[in-house]
Amino acid sequence: MLIEVAKGLAFTLKTMLRKPITVQWPEEQKPTAARHRGRHILHRYDNGLEKCIGCELCAAACPVGCIYVGSAENDPADPVSPGERYAERYEINLMRCIYCGYCAEACPTEAITLGPRFELADYRRERTVVTKAELLEAWPSFAQARRPNSGTGAGADQKGRELHEPGVSPRVAWEAVDELRTDSPRPDEFGVPSHVPRVISPDEAEPR
Amino acid sequence: MIANFSDIFSIGRVGEDGIVVIMVKAVVVLLALATAAAYLTYAERKVAARIQLRIGPNRVGPLGLLQPAADAVKLLFKENAAPSGRDKLLYLVGPALAGGAAIFAFAAIPISGLTCVGGTVVGDGCNGGYPFHWDLIHVNVSLLFVLAVTSLGVYSLFLGGWSANSKYSLLGGLRSSAQLISYEMAVAFALVGAVILAGSLDLEKIVLAQQGAWFVLLQPLAFLLYFTAALAETNRLPFDLPEAETELVAGYHTEYSSMRFGFYFLGEYINMVIVCSIATLVFLGGWLPLLPWIHSDWLGGLVGVAWFLGKVSALLFVMMWLRWTLPRFRYDRLMNLGWKVLLPLGLVNIVVTGAIVAIRAS
Repeated sequence: MLIEVAKGLAFTLKTMLRKPITVQWPEEQKPTAARHRGRHILHRYDNGLEKCIGCELCAAACPVGCIYVGSAENDPADPVSPGERYAERYEINLMRCIYCGYCAEACPTEAITLGPRFELADYRRERTVVTKAELLEAWPSFAQARRPNSGTGAGADQKGRELHEPGVSPRVAWEAVDELRTDSPRPDEFGVPSHVPRVISPDEAEPR
Repeated sequence: MIANFSDIFSIGRVGEDGIVVIMVKAVVVLLALATAAAYLTYAERKVAARIQLRIGPNRVGPLGLLQPAADAVKLLFKENAAPSGRDKLLYLVGPALAGGAAIFAFAAIPISGLTCVGGTVVGDGCNGGYPFHWDLIHVNVSLLFVLAVTSLGVYSLFLGGWSANSKYSLLGGLRSSAQLISYEMAVAFALVGAVILAGSLDLEKIVLAQQGAWFVLLQPLAFLLYFTAALAETNRLPFDLPEAETELVAGYHTEYSSMRFGFYFLGEYINMVIVCSIATLVFLGGWLPLLPWIHSDWLGGLVGVAWFLGKVSALLFVMMWLRWTLPRFRYDRLMNLGWKVLLPLGLVNIVVTGAIVAIRAS
């Protein structure tokens, strides 16, 4: 019995001399997994049009009913999305959301996915209802910012490179994306945008 | 000048020391023990963390060193929730005894050798000068005193378990009294061998008898028996059945909160210190250094304290290390180990030691 005890002690002593594996969050951050289900992202097509066509299937699929979609007709001369309708308002109550991903599954246009962002705590309840302004992908789009050499404006280009260097935390990355959003206004203190984000027409949005 | 010192030391003489000396010693012991208990929780958490590949407390103060202070503040300010069906008096006596008995037991533990202020040590006395003992009360049966007072701690566990009027507390209290009484025997028997060799129950004399060889070399079995039984005495894993949080919620202190709960913890950690101190004094040569040392002046005394504390810390580390290595014993096996293994081995050790001492004497 004593030999077994000695073996056990030797093992724990060896473990004690190893480096701890603790990640000192929030100072230290690891990149999230590729399929991490964090806060949602509303995507755009490469030409800047929003993928969301305001069909509300996500709201229907949501088991906790945390999604509100207020859809409106597209102006054919200056459409927001390629479909007939688009989401004029898109709000998600993050206090209710269970991050199941059913909204992404239900979406016919892959407009909504769950992203890497997970630090969603807030001191104010109102701020936990996120609006379209916060959810919508920035334009120049996140996808383009991801490709540093795609040649879409010097500022975005530089920012994009920094974003995707290894070791950049998702939060830092998201804050940088927020800075890139010149077209969508920051929400006011109650989390409601002062106006619906400016619509970019396909012609105007085509930088290449 | 030195004569004046002695005069101050002798004012209001109670036993060997003056009242001033006793008061100063008492305050130092009390503060040191409370601090030690607080920082043992920190050490325990750090050791546990490293064994589990974690970092441990590192947010409060540099390296998390202020964590014990934060914990103490938290304990003091918490609500004193108590069950309504409790026995009001005994419910208070339990934690008071847990902390009190543990601190009281430390009074007779010498942390360094006799120091003669303004004189030299001759044998176990002084020729002139003031004899300064590095313990709070100097009794010539200090080992017996410490064992007697620590066994008072059983009452704290049982009273705490009984008075709370809760089944988990009661089960924990019953278990702990059965366990502590069983292992008390093993502890005592393991120490008898060393007492035979030293020919005294005075911890100072036991240490001085080890100047040739530490008793751990002469009594390796007894040391092993003592240390095992001591783990059970302090309710430490692998013998923490009175608490056994997976079975009994928290055992005898289930219904305690706030600083009353804190007192049980204080008692437990001070008991660890006491158990390790006795192991150090009886088996590891107490304050005796591995190197030649300067006896009989203040520096020599302080060096002795350092050696003593070093050995005690090493043993405390071993206790924590064991805790995070071994799983908990089953209750019947615990009793079997105590009565059928440790106790007979202790008796054998006494007989063999006694026989050898008798043969060598004749």
